[in-house]
Amino acid sequence: MWTFFHKLGSPPWLYAISGSILKYLLPATLLALGVGMVWGLLFTPPDFRQGDSYRIIYIHVPAAAVALAGYYVMATAGAISLIWKMKMADIAMQCCAPIGAALTFVALVTGSIWGKPTWGTWWVWDARITSMLILLFLYLGVIALYEAYDNKAAAARACAVLSLVGTVNIPIIYKSVDWWYSLHQPASIKFTGESSIHPSMLYPLLLMIAAFYALFACALLLRMRAEILDRERRTGWVRKLLEADAV
Amino acid sequence: MSAPSLPAFCLRLVRRQLVLAVRRPVEILNPLLFFAMVVALFPLGLGPDPKSLASFAAGTLWIIALLSNLLTSDTIFRGDYDDGSLEQLLLAPQPLYFSVLAYLGAHWLLTGVSLALISPLFALMLNLPLEALPALVASLLLGSGVMSLVGGVGAALTVGLKRGGMLISLLILPLYMPVLIFGSAAVRAAAQGFPAGPQLAILGAMFCLAIALAPLATAAGLRISIDA
Repeated sequence: MWTFFHKLGSPPWLYAISGSILKYLLPATLLALGVGMVWGLLFTPPDFRQGDSYRIIYIHVPAAAVALAGYYVMATAGAISLIWKMKMADIAMQCCAPIGAALTFVALVTGSIWGKPTWGTWWVWDARITSMLILLFLYLGVIALYEAYDNKAAAARACAVLSLVGTVNIPIIYKSVDWWYSLHQPASIKFTGESSIHPSMLYPLLLMIAAFYALFACALLLRMRAEILDRERRTGWVRKLLEADAV
Repeated sequence: MSAPSLPAFCLRLVRRQLVLAVRRPVEILNPLLFFAMVVALFPLGLGPDPKSLASFAAGTLWIIALLSNLLTSDTIFRGDYDDGSLEQLLLAPQPLYFSVLAYLGAHWLLTGVSLALISPLFALMLNLPLEALPALVASLLLGSGVMSLVGGVGAALTVGLKRGGMLISLLILPLYMPVLIFGSAAVRAAAQGFPAGPQLAILGAMFCLAIALAPLATAAGLRISIDA
């Protein structure tokens, strides 16, 4: 168990293992995304009140869910890097921020495109929407802080502290639709008790959520591999790798 | 000479910050002057109609208080970082948690408390109903405490950077937003004749949470900035 944990700190090992994970994960992700998209957009029944416009949930809900989960991944990686001074956790944390920011942005944009025909407005200052906007600012703050430091080791530690401080906001965002009366509907999918969404619409949605989690993992691993190569570009194993590629 | 006890050490730190500020009174007066000037901007921008001013007054006053807190939070550690006394503080045997708490407490006394005490004057200029004044002062007292503590985290993380001024606002504004929501809600509730107790209670809870956690993050941030 602990040897596995310690091996995670080694760049060549992580590079190799992430390569073999991606070989299976990337095709599986693309397949799940494709199936989920076609199923959700073409083969589910239209909503009796919203017609076809509700189909945007197959992008909106997964993007929003993974954007929130991505913040926890970033903060956890930050905590690991602060506690065990693990270089690879630094890289994971730093690579989470742009992906999470992009997903939050996608969730906000798809929500506003859906809001125009349904609520009659592009934007409302509702608790859930405002708190997602705050999440976007938190992600952008981490990116801005990282870019401001010249010393990348200090930058990673500073970002770790900032992302841990920011975690106080995440439960508030998650619970905002239950705590405040808001225009945004409360969560339709429940792990305990009956979901308020029909199974014919629910299954493609669950598939899309799983696909987005996998997509997040793929994007994270791809970014981490690029970052590892960049940081280790003066070492022997990277040179050997590049020479082997060039032949 | 033996080392002072912890409370005495913290009190000395607070007194030192206050003495430094009193010797340069401009530092205390600038945030208040900023507050007064921005208050004057709102009637100019929104029109001088007393009714519309009154409906915006609660939010306006809170946003200005937030901004003047933000502008001063950059300076909490700046001077001591530049002359090296911050490094001595990190080397001192007393736990950094308490010395940081003393610094942030002094910042709160200098900006937040003074702003809260003078805010009724500006509230009357913006036509805020009289019965909302106690809620305004109470919410600003609690809320500015939270903002000083959270601002300390941002100040500690950016104190080593040359161009920290803009960055610190990007880092801590998202964390100020919950304070603004409940602070201005308390004043609005009082202005409409409802009790402001629930919102003030939540602000108080935030204040307690910030006292417990923010100095930890600030201390970690200072160590990173000194190392870098």
